[in-house]
Amino acid sequence: MRYIPHTKEEIQSMLKSIGLKSVDELFASIPESLVQNKQLALPPPMDEMTLLHHMENLAGQNHTVSRSRSFLGGGVYRHSIPSAVADLIRRSEFLTPYTPYQPEVAQGTLQVMFEFQTMVAELYGMEVANASLYDGSTALAEAILMARRIGKNRKNILMPKATHPEYAQVVQTILQGFGDHIVAIPFATHGGIDRGALNDYFNEELAACVIPYPNFFGVVEDCRDIVEKVHAAGGLVIFCVQEPLSLGLFESPGALGADIVCGEGQSLGLSPSFGGPFVGLFASKNEFVRQMPGRLCGMTTDSQGRRGFVLTLSTREQHIRREKATSNICTNQALCATQMTIYLSLLGREGFKKLAELNWQKTEYAKQKLAAIPGVSLQFPEAVTFNEFVITFSKPADTVLHELRKRGFDGGILLENGFRDLHHSILVNVTELNAKEDIDAFAEELKRTL
Amino acid sequence: MTTPGATGLILEEALLFEQSVPDRVGFSLPSADVPTADPKTKLPKNILRQKEAALPEISEVDCVRHFVRLSQQNYCKDVGLFPLGSCTMKYNPKTTEAAARIPGFANSHPLAMPEAMQGNLQLIFELQAYLAEISGMDFVTPWPAAGSHGELTGMLMIRAYHTAKGNPRKKVIIPDSAHGTNPASAAICQYEVVTIPSNKDGILTADAVKAVMDDEVAALMVTNPNTLGIFEENIQEICDIVHKKGGLVYCDGANLNALLGIVKLGEAGIDVLHFNLHKTFSTPHGGGGPGAGPVGVKKKLEPFLPTPLIIKENGTFKVEQNRPQSIGRVKAYFGNFGMLVRAYAYIREFGPEGLKQISEMAVLNANYIRKGLEGDYYLPYSKPSLHECVFNDKLQKEKEIKTLDISKRLMDYGFHPFTIYFPLIVHGAMMIEPTESEPKASLDQFIEAMKKIAKECAENPELVKKAPHNTFRSRLDEVKAAKELKLRWTS
Amino acid sequence: MEFPDDLKYTKEHEWVRIKGDVAMIGISDYAQEQLGDIVYLELPEEGEAVEKGEPFGVVESVKAVSDIYAAVSGKVLEINDPLPENPETLNEDCYEEGWLIKVKMSNPKEAEDLMDSIQYQAYIKEETA
Repeated sequence: MRYIPHTKEEIQSMLKSIGLKSVDELFASIPESLVQNKQLALPPPMDEMTLLHHMENLAGQNHTVSRSRSFLGGGVYRHSIPSAVADLIRRSEFLTPYTPYQPEVAQGTLQVMFEFQTMVAELYGMEVANASLYDGSTALAEAILMARRIGKNRKNILMPKATHPEYAQVVQTILQGFGDHIVAIPFATHGGIDRGALNDYFNEELAACVIPYPNFFGVVEDCRDIVEKVHAAGGLVIFCVQEPLSLGLFESPGALGADIVCGEGQSLGLSPSFGGPFVGLFASKNEFVRQMPGRLCGMTTDSQGRRGFVLTLSTREQHIRREKATSNICTNQALCATQMTIYLSLLGREGFKKLAELNWQKTEYAKQKLAAIPGVSLQFPEAVTFNEFVITFSKPADTVLHELRKRGFDGGILLENGFRDLHHSILVNVTELNAKEDIDAFAEELKRTL
Repeated sequence: MTTPGATGLILEEALLFEQSVPDRVGFSLPSADVPTADPKTKLPKNILRQKEAALPEISEVDCVRHFVRLSQQNYCKDVGLFPLGSCTMKYNPKTTEAAARIPGFANSHPLAMPEAMQGNLQLIFELQAYLAEISGMDFVTPWPAAGSHGELTGMLMIRAYHTAKGNPRKKVIIPDSAHGTNPASAAICQYEVVTIPSNKDGILTADAVKAVMDDEVAALMVTNPNTLGIFEENIQEICDIVHKKGGLVYCDGANLNALLGIVKLGEAGIDVLHFNLHKTFSTPHGGGGPGAGPVGVKKKLEPFLPTPLIIKENGTFKVEQNRPQSIGRVKAYFGNFGMLVRAYAYIREFGPEGLKQISEMAVLNANYIRKGLEGDYYLPYSKPSLHECVFNDKLQKEKEIKTLDISKRLMDYGFHPFTIYFPLIVHGAMMIEPTESEPKASLDQFIEAMKKIAKECAENPELVKKAPHNTFRSRLDEVKAAKELKLRWTS
Repeated sequence: MEFPDDLKYTKEHEWVRIKGDVAMIGISDYAQEQLGDIVYLELPEEGEAVEKGEPFGVVESVKAVSDIYAAVSGKVLEINDPLPENPETLNEDCYEEGWLIKVKMSNPKEAEDLMDSIQYQAYIKEETA
């Protein structure tokens, strides 16, 4: 086995120095009744060539359409990733170290974490960000747990239905033991939060209000009015950002009054990878930093006065505080966070803004093009959107999408799973990867399908 | 023989933000092929961003040098021995990396139509079966994103199981040697944690469990082999005691690298077990993630598995969401799929004999180090070690040298330190796990370095107390970091 | 390590200085040494009620965190206001400058259960053995 270096002779000489005769004796402390005498029933080993061939075959069975002819989004976005990102992230020194608990030999990982924290804080317009969580869905659950810690006895969580449905399901799962009241807030005809449905909850029971921004339908709305009322009631506002590229164009959550901001970072340099690994982003106001979950990297100096970085405020974490920790989370997503940091450093101040504009322009073009097709209408015609929008057909969306696939297009995401009323609708996502001719061809095929 | 530590040229590197120059670009923006509407005229002003995100402005050359220079400040497994106990820092095969980057996997979208994900679903389906076979569990859910996330998922299933029987119960028993994530996960599930002591041999006794086991205990959480690297030999009897009172046994599978093909924990009476794919099945640690923490359960817990379930019907794989008793979804989409691909490829390359060899050589290596260091360092528990061994600083105390100092000095010899101050039941613990990846020669170098340090502790204690001397940075001021709290760059 | 004779001590390593029905509470020399460099401190508000044996504050070093338990029950009269800003005072002078809170005792009899300096030193010896 090429990953196990021991030769027979070495094994014998090592056993001898330990004072044992056979490898089996190494396991003498295990009760005999538990030691397996049968080989595991697993497929036989494969050589590298056969293995990669097998893996390619499996991947081939996914029958993915070309990236430029896919219009799938819904929290997982296809963007062009510069070659430098892919190249740098494969470096062994990023790929194969552990968590930087020994900072003298991990300054690289730590400095990247510090840069990552700075970037996330900048994107979100917040004072402080952590070194990442698992993904957007678990980050939202952690944000709500944090708001509960701060709000002590306040139990109500306002959760708009236009939040990513899988995020909402994760929140439901993780908070099930708390006896909280998670209040589902419907969306209005403009695709944003139904203001009227909130009014009963601005009181001393309110822990937090979640604002999806943009929401699952791609809708971006000014929520300053809601923020004001939540704060007046003594609650916290959590912004949840599933497409962070939107923040190159739209006002930052911090500027809109957010107390905690969480979300997904995948669209900034990570491939879709069937939904993971991604990188959960998490930021808050300074005053709440001790209630934050996850790792934090801080700047300091070494014994010779040189600048350096360490993990800090570890006393919040499980390995010290155990059952009283702010979260049970141990790992962050360091490698994915590194990938996002590399991507954003290439994009830069201007690139971030311009790429967001380009995505918005392409989406607006596609929106008009598709909405002009007979039998197609915009579900939320007045809404301001970023990168995605909902269109509704004159017939069930399921059949339309299957037909489009036969013609080489992934036309969008079915909405009926999360939103029963929208079974004639799909969510269409457009990015810089979709050339004008792909959008035009998509519109042509859709017209024929209907 | 010489140890590999030496000084080399590592470059100082400023923060990205300090290198930023207005108008410098590192990105090749795709040209606009659609009508270029101006958002400022088309969108309401109140929603447009006023203050730009202060991202750095650098060229691609700046970027590449920056990250390459920073990378060179890291020690990593691909450089040498990384003997962190409990972390299983084994070699990460390049082939499994290549597999995960196959475009058909990397570009596949989790919300596509089922026909566009058959390969992925087959891979997940088969991986579940492999993990079940390896552990002796009946079902496996692959979705948790890390070990601690797996613990939470497992404990939520345990809570759902008891709730379905009419009483969620109140307490969870956890030994004092457990990982901190165990009590933290139990706490999120609203359980009160009852800590029980290990005995003088470092293991759990049936009596210790019996003394606290009652009808309000939902589960016992054990780690086997435990965090001292010792097999919990009373595990079957302990499981029986817990089961008799209607409780369940959860096993933290962090140390599974000792047991592949040797013991199936399911047969010992374990009801729920999480796997750390980034440990046992060698997905890279990445400087602290991503990981993956699938959970195996016995049949009685099957109704409570998190959604979705992957099922096979007439040769086609389906995603099943409708599971009325499920604890629900624990993560969006399909877990950390990229990690599942790597673990799958790892298991397929090794095969059954190869997996067993992993555990055999991992245990051989740990025992070889244990033998080599006995006498120079104090061994607080003398029971046989499996995949790791735990020493402490008792013999160095006289010179007021602590575990921390010894770990820092080890860096000067070119090794990453072992795990320090864990498990908590060993004062000044040094927890050493070499894994199967290391040849005898690197173990010999490590042993020699440790012996030299022991000698230095006696003869030149100041040298050890001020270590490291050869690293890019000397000891960092963690007190200052915590007091002054600089968590981001500001101009 | 010093353990002044005029103070009373708890098993959780707090000290108490009693004057009439007012108890001043701090952490012992042993406690501060065990924690190491203290970087953070959380104290209750004035007027808050504390209960014997229940935590009223938190003290943190870089690697450890510890609840601080009330040695007696009562109402918080005064807190050492500047202390959370300069938590290192606890390492430098835990018995004078580093006092934490003053409590108006609701049940002064509770103080009878506390250890004196000699008993406390014996207790530490036993605990560390």
